[in-house]
Amino acid sequence: MNLGDLHRREYGRILATLIRAVGDFDLAEDSLQDAFEAALAQWPEQGPPENPVAWLIATARHKAIDRLRRRTLAEGKREEIAALLAEEEDAPVPLDSLRLIFTCCHPALAPEAQVALTLRTICGLDTEEIARAFLVPVPTLAQRLVRAKAKIKNARIPYEVPGDSVLADRVDAVLAVVYLVFNEGYSASFGADLVRADLCAEAIRLGRLLVELLPAEREPRGLLALMLLHDARRATRTDDEGAIVLLEDQDRSRWDRAKIAEGSALVEQALQGGPPGAYALQAAIAALHARAASARETDWPQIAALYGVLAGIHPSPVVELNRAVAIAMADGLEQGLALLDTIHLPGYHLLPAARADLLRRLDRRAEAAAAYREALGLVTNDAERRFLERRLAEVTRSRG
Amino acid sequence: MQYLLMIYDDEKTRAKMPEPQRDKLVQEYQEFTQGIVKSGHFRAGARLQPTSTSTTVRETNGKRVTTDGPFAETKEQLGGYYLVECRDLDEAISIAARIPSVRAGGSIEVRPVMSTPQR
Repeated sequence: MNLGDLHRREYGRILATLIRAVGDFDLAEDSLQDAFEAALAQWPEQGPPENPVAWLIATARHKAIDRLRRRTLAEGKREEIAALLAEEEDAPVPLDSLRLIFTCCHPALAPEAQVALTLRTICGLDTEEIARAFLVPVPTLAQRLVRAKAKIKNARIPYEVPGDSVLADRVDAVLAVVYLVFNEGYSASFGADLVRADLCAEAIRLGRLLVELLPAEREPRGLLALMLLHDARRATRTDDEGAIVLLEDQDRSRWDRAKIAEGSALVEQALQGGPPGAYALQAAIAALHARAASARETDWPQIAALYGVLAGIHPSPVVELNRAVAIAMADGLEQGLALLDTIHLPGYHLLPAARADLLRRLDRRAEAAAAYREALGLVTNDAERRFLERRLAEVTRSRG
Repeated sequence: MQYLLMIYDDEKTRAKMPEPQRDKLVQEYQEFTQGIVKSGHFRAGARLQPTSTSTTVRETNGKRVTTDGPFAETKEQLGGYYLVECRDLDEAISIAARIPSVRAGGSIEVRPVMSTPQR
């Protein structure tokens, strides 16, 4: 394995263990950076060590001791150095990764700081990569990280797995961060922006880590399944020109079968052993779409029923919107249309877009055109705008 | 590590609270305070008079300016505080969540106290 791959795969796990050992984010990061630089200088000549991870941990620990010694004169950190010298383990401890995740996704940090810190520390992305992916200036992102780390230190946000009484809430917060990372990559991946597509891969990697570290929790499985099932279709969501291809028009032969199989198996597990969670339900819906051999064979009644359950535990107008569309496809367009009219979602372009689509299917072209125009007044994403304009042109074209 | 738990609520709502409800709140506060004294977290705490009794002092062009009222007019006002000794922020948050005003619509700001360097 080359050093780049090693960095990618092991950075977060090594850092998690170092943070516990040295008790300080910045010192751990700087020392690990030193260790990777030492590896870059030494390995090509001397050949990589037998156990590269152990070498990196040991080297980083010694670099941390060096850094502490330099500070010692001023501050008196003898105890910390003694503790570091006493450390002997040289393999990442899985529990440390979990501690790091919970600290990075602590609700006392702002959501955008949670995301940045998670990508920076657990995934090992550098500041420039994260700034590019989230379209914010590098100094802004750097500032966000500095502030978050200062708060962890000064407000003493603990480095531990939360106790049972708050664990469920805290797991939810972690899952929300992971899903946010995924959606940022997924929703903006029109135009094949590779940096942003990487966010999907990182989110899936985080999802796998959570499933591995929290085997008793069901929702991490649900979220991982949901992300895999969405990701399986990523390549077919746009055509060669970057225009949107709707689910019903996508080339199903190009969907990633391995991801669909893995996602489907995870859904089954996530749905067992208690009332279903919101991620598991969404994943079950995604699985029904992914497993239908053709758009016409989609099990719309089942999908509508699942949205009904989801609305029960997670009431939101967006869920109602999806449920109305599923009912339109299952029970009749008019029924779905009537439901859409009861939903209040001001400023959300997908509501008029969904109305427009049902009206188009009913061949009520003038009304469809008006709804498309309304949606166009609200849409912000370029690819979606082009799609709506194309549909508007179709329904306003005179029939020949 | 010490944290200041600042209790904010709408003092107008509290003033309009019916007697039995207010008595109940006072008793809950007594029980809560006893609880954190017993557990060893309590360092200090007090309830404040309403902001109508507040005076703000500042200096403008070297001259002391004294004005009636709080520093800023807000929807919720600082009504009291606790100073607690905690292991970490999570412990402070769990204590803050048990302050009776939280269940009565108030909110608690949790601020770590800056530690003075030890010599």
